Amino acid sequence: MADLDAFRAETRAWLEENCPPEMREPVQGEGDVYWGGRNATFKSDAQKAWFEACRDKGYTVPSWPKEYGGAGLSPAEAKVLREEMAAINARPPLSSFGIWMLGPALLHFGTEGQKKRFLTEIARGEIRWCQGYSEPGSGSDLVSLQTFGEDKGDHWTVNGQKVWTSYADKADWIFCLVRTDKANKYQGITFMLFDMATAGVSTKPILLISGNSPFCETFFDDVDVPKSYGEDIPAQVGEVNRGWDVAKYLLGHEREMISATGGGDRATSLGAVAARNGTLDPVLRSELALFDIDALSFTAMSEKFLDEIKVGKAHPAQPNMMKYAGTELNKTRHELLMAAGGSTALEWDSEETRGGARARDWLRTKANSIEGGTSEVMLGVIAKRILELPGA
Amino acid sequence: MALYHTDDQAMLAETAGQFMAEEGAIAKQLRHWRDRQCKDGFGHDLWKQMAEMGFTGLLVPEADGGLGMGNVEAGIVLEEIGRNLTPSPFLTSSVMAAGALAHASAEAKGRWLPGLIAGDSVFAVAIDEGPKHRPETIATKAEKSGNGFRLTGKKDFVVYGASADMIVVAARTSGSDSDEDGVTLFAVPKDAAGLGHNSVRLVDSSMASHLTLEGVELDGDAVIGEVDGGRSVLDKVLDAGRVGAAAEGVGVARGAMDRTVDYLKQRKQFGRMIGEFQALQHRAAHLYSEVEIARAVTIKAQQLLDGGAENASLMASVAKAKVGKTAQLAVQEGVQMHGGIGMTDEYDIGLYMKRDRALSEFMGDVYYHADRVARLSGY
Repeated sequence: MADLDAFRAETRAWLEENCPPEMREPVQGEGDVYWGGRNATFKSDAQKAWFEACRDKGYTVPSWPKEYGGAGLSPAEAKVLREEMAAINARPPLSSFGIWMLGPALLHFGTEGQKKRFLTEIARGEIRWCQGYSEPGSGSDLVSLQTFGEDKGDHWTVNGQKVWTSYADKADWIFCLVRTDKANKYQGITFMLFDMATAGVSTKPILLISGNSPFCETFFDDVDVPKSYGEDIPAQVGEVNRGWDVAKYLLGHEREMISATGGGDRATSLGAVAARNGTLDPVLRSELALFDIDALSFTAMSEKFLDEIKVGKAHPAQPNMMKYAGTELNKTRHELLMAAGGSTALEWDSEETRGGARARDWLRTKANSIEGGTSEVMLGVIAKRILELPGA
Repeated sequence: MALYHTDDQAMLAETAGQFMAEEGAIAKQLRHWRDRQCKDGFGHDLWKQMAEMGFTGLLVPEADGGLGMGNVEAGIVLEEIGRNLTPSPFLTSSVMAAGALAHASAEAKGRWLPGLIAGDSVFAVAIDEGPKHRPETIATKAEKSGNGFRLTGKKDFVVYGASADMIVVAARTSGSDSDEDGVTLFAVPKDAAGLGHNSVRLVDSSMASHLTLEGVELDGDAVIGEVDGGRSVLDKVLDAGRVGAAAEGVGVARGAMDRTVDYLKQRKQFGRMIGEFQALQHRAAHLYSEVEIARAVTIKAQQLLDGGAENASLMASVAKAKVGKTAQLAVQEGVQMHGGIGMTDEYDIGLYMKRDRALSEFMGDVYYHADRVARLSGY
């Protein structure tokens, strides 16, 4: 305990010194988020300073081992860091699918060579990754995917199409599910890593109802993927044809990550925010209060879930429940924000509304219960794996 | 603090769970006393057994002969009480009244606590003065009289009031009805002259009193805490009651859900188990998710209360409201998914629905606590 207290004091002092005031203000939109990568630019000097300080300290990935660019923090220390960052509203120094998704999969399934190279690049924000899972015919039913990699000895030749590839047009590399055995539905998929600059890869943004296009269609036209990037650095994670194991593991992390968005800005009562616009209608006030109760309860659930994960007490299917509850809550939050905002919230392109951020965010949340497995899929998993109801 | 039970707490949960499932079971307690139209509405023998288990004095400090545990541990016992619908004065006696007595004089502690710890006495709390919980308003008057006080007024929803050896009464010693200051708590013995009970059976077969206080004369040592400054003690008693009722409600919700999920795995219709139907699977999964969340926030509120955190009172209301919504969902889905048989007295699921309704009103319903959350959050 004394050690942890000392760590807390040390962390507080480090944050005080290294987190610029501008990085303690709420994120105001996509431009405020630093994603790293080959072509990354910083929005401000403060953003750059904050990222570099964290990178050098291992705080972009605090709990990863030091040899892969992390800070090697214990779960208890990582919690202290999270708490101290939350206390000053510090922004995440680096947002990255590498951190949230590929990293955990590599830590679990990667070879030493893969870890040394890819984890370090991720931790240092050098390579921006995207995820190639969904296909036009394979959304929630991912194992029906058709993108095919033909074995050509020292390389695969990949043909097919992915869809809903988040930021594929901005990503440097892709972690991609590719069918390598057509005869076997589950054990015929390989989890491959390759450069988006490879000949034959092309992307096309998809315009969404929010007016933004964070997603892309991604096309593979005779893309040659080498089987190895050097000694002990195979292009696939896990074994060939056993990529489904990796994908399943990783989907668990994705669901955890999406569920974490559920509370939104948890320190602030939604009702208190809405009341700043003026007097609330009594019925809206009730709805906001009931929402705040749900949100605070979900925050407690998130804390309990993380605590239980650390000691292996959580049910393996629990991320599905967190994803379901968190994303449904987030949709309700934004419905209420629109109601509280009134006509101002409708403005699509005014400067005062930061380009219609509230309306665009509201529309964006509608995807929460679709991406990463729909709410209906989550409910089905809970029913079968946790409640053990019959029928597979 | 991690948001799950420590090894010691998990052991208590196992002990309490086994005890309530065996001794506090529905057939052995709730139905037994209900079918005999028992005037108390609960079994004194069970209370004595709970004393032998150490439950009755769980929250009493060790210096006063108790176990000196906290709201987390009390919540563990209450969750099992809820799960088995065990009629028991545990919440009013061991959690709320015992919590009030922590602020009483050494004489008062010496008079009341040994009986509680031994399982010989039970206590009640008299706060509400109307059909809805409004603890902000206290109209019952306590006037100075000699070296003591004279209480006049009426109280409602005094759970197990007629069976109680002592009732903690919130009364007004100065100011007007909705003033924060001017409230004083009193330990009123059951044989006090002028104390009247009109005891009624509630929908869940528990007993509650309409209490009349017609010039009830009390000595000065009946005062709990400070004269005129009783609101702070009352707030503590209320918060303990809120998280306690929430914990019991989690038990009710889990009990109803477990029975319902079991039923979905047994009942066949159209040649299939009804648990195979997606319409029911999704509703059951949603219910599971809500129950888990309600349980998490209840443990959170218990921990905050035990730690004396600043936001403990807000979270106590959040927990009471969240559990209120969730347990209601659990019993409604329970009866509906059981179909016709769920409407019969023979099946226990309906008993869960009745208990939930009574527990939901106790210490404030969802609407009261939602309003309180809004007020405490500044809107």
